[in-house]
Amino acid sequence: MGTSVFYFVATLSIIFSLMVIFSKNPIHSVLYLILTFFTFTVHYVLLNAQFLAVVNFIVYMGAIMVLFLFVLMLLNLNKENEPNKTAFVKILGVIAGGCLIVTLVGSLKAVTINSPLVLQNPNLGLVKNLGKELFGPFMLPFELSSILLLTAMVGAVLLTKKEEKTNG
Amino acid sequence: MDINFVIEKFALVTILFAISLVIAMYSTYAERKVAAFLQDRLGPDRAGPFGILQPLADGLKMFMKEEIIPSNASKWLFMVGPGLAMLCACIGTAVIPWGQDLTINGRAVPLQVTDINVGVLYLFGVVSLGVYGVMIGGWASNNKYSLLSAIRAASQNISYEVAMGLSIIALLLMTNTLSLKEIVAQQHGWHWNVLYQPLGFIIFMVCSFAETNRAPFDLPECETELIGGYHTEYSSMKLGFYLFAEYINMFVSSAVMATLYFGGYNYPWMDTVAAHVSPNVAALIGTGVLFIKIFAFIFFFMWVRWTIPRFRYDQLMNLGWKTLIPLAIANIIITGIVIAVVNKF
Amino acid sequence: MESLSNKKKVLEQKPLNLAERMYLPAIVKGLGTTMSHFFKKSSTIKYPEQQREFSINWRGMHSLKRDEEGKERCTACGLCALSCPAEAITMIAAERKPEEKALYREEKYAAVYEINMLRCIFCGLCEEACPKEAIYLDGPIVPSDYLRKDFIYGKDKLVEAPLEVK
Repeated sequence: MGTSVFYFVATLSIIFSLMVIFSKNPIHSVLYLILTFFTFTVHYVLLNAQFLAVVNFIVYMGAIMVLFLFVLMLLNLNKENEPNKTAFVKILGVIAGGCLIVTLVGSLKAVTINSPLVLQNPNLGLVKNLGKELFGPFMLPFELSSILLLTAMVGAVLLTKKEEKTNG
Repeated sequence: MDINFVIEKFALVTILFAISLVIAMYSTYAERKVAAFLQDRLGPDRAGPFGILQPLADGLKMFMKEEIIPSNASKWLFMVGPGLAMLCACIGTAVIPWGQDLTINGRAVPLQVTDINVGVLYLFGVVSLGVYGVMIGGWASNNKYSLLSAIRAASQNISYEVAMGLSIIALLLMTNTLSLKEIVAQQHGWHWNVLYQPLGFIIFMVCSFAETNRAPFDLPECETELIGGYHTEYSSMKLGFYLFAEYINMFVSSAVMATLYFGGYNYPWMDTVAAHVSPNVAALIGTGVLFIKIFAFIFFFMWVRWTIPRFRYDQLMNLGWKTLIPLAIANIIITGIVIAVVNKF
Repeated sequence: MESLSNKKKVLEQKPLNLAERMYLPAIVKGLGTTMSHFFKKSSTIKYPEQQREFSINWRGMHSLKRDEEGKERCTACGLCALSCPAEAITMIAAERKPEEKALYREEKYAAVYEINMLRCIFCGLCEEACPKEAIYLDGPIVPSDYLRKDFIYGKDKLVEAPLEVK
């Protein structure tokens, strides 16, 4: 049953991510992206990584995509005010896409199916175990990445602050 | 899979769904009655004795009204919006433990749909998903006022989610678990978390007022000064879904507050009571106590609505970001220090 | 600017101190106020079943009076219609026949007497203009209805019930 659910959800993820690219309306794109993230959440649950699933749900679906929607809704993008693309840009796009296909085909040819990875601890994804891992062996990278995020946040706040005008 | 398991879960889900809907229905009636009593009036009293059929009349009205979809609206999303709002409101009840296990035919039947070990985070996920109902509805209406309102509502919800999450971290430091079932079990008898986390509770409560869009944070839907809100273009039962979702949210957040901070189904001297009656009856008394707590919270929601005037938008944001979040962080630090000191000695 | 009357009072607005900026005490006080109203008696009257008493100078629906022998007092002089600022009153006069002597007091009477209750402003000028004391605005509130034509009250609704013969 687990595998059939996996294949079903995996198909959905692929369909939704294709819809992200192919939908004309950017808002619909974002909504499909949200659905894609939702299928990822289901994948995490299938992998017994409940904490990761919920955090993916809260952070990506609940916060980051909301901000995406914010911006897109306010920009009000549609077909009429889309800038005309010159032939040069189109040719560049074709070349870049072709390069991507070549890389993909090349890498797919080199792929051999690995033997599935077996976790020593199948409950690693549960909150308790994950927390012990994060705050034990991976303490330093964890704290460093949190500082990185904090820096980004401080930078964003600084950018939004208006410069105080000096009298003169 | 055990067939009994499926049956009992199915029954529980159905009952919970029905209870949520009935409570939401009668919340609309209670809201009017409470408002009337607080303002020296009588309230609705024509439909049935004391007006108790009023919600049915309202529902009928909502169904019979003309359905208008704006011609330039994105039709599909216009319909998804209220459905999503309703869905997110309803699925929150799944992780709340409604009582101690019942014993039926020798089987222990838990009064909780699922005890996932990230229950608290699940609730946050549901809450954060609720924003989409509002945003999609506001955008799909193809009305700039709806859109601005939707964005206002969404930024309000996101801002207060942060403070809510921080306020609950202090609680989780004490409980050492994310499972709601265990959090309730730890509050046996009198050991309610509100006694240890009063500040956390106040922050959490203020945030849940903001999350449910209730007064004094009901900016997303004030009729006069902000042109209705995200549901300006909605009519008929779609509007009804949005309003209904608000009441279900109120019910769920009351249940969450009762569960996290007010001991859930625990009550003082429950051991004495349990010694005198059969376990099933004791469990049902606990469930009754939980519902009394929930009703008290719902009443409090309404009481506050008719007491405190609405916040202005900048005041709302200032309260959220400059007051509640620093307070919540201070609460975490204090709790952490106290726990460290207590563990040391 | 200097105040001339010296009646202006400038209210001092002090910035809130810390205790006040916590808001919670004020909120609790406000909650107490609203809760005290919860137990107060409601001042609503359930209207159609219970009715408030009218004041003595209340002006409601018109009634055309009869004299002590049960004859209609109105003589269709038209002064009420003339005095009416809203032009709500119309009437058609008729001459009394000898056999109708018990019905009408004067030799001329109103065969048709209509008041449009949608036009009427209940000012009471008709009452004051009437030389025969035939019209008084002493009735209840004019009831609501669905059609405009139903608000034109004829004599069937306006004339007070005949005295019971004992």
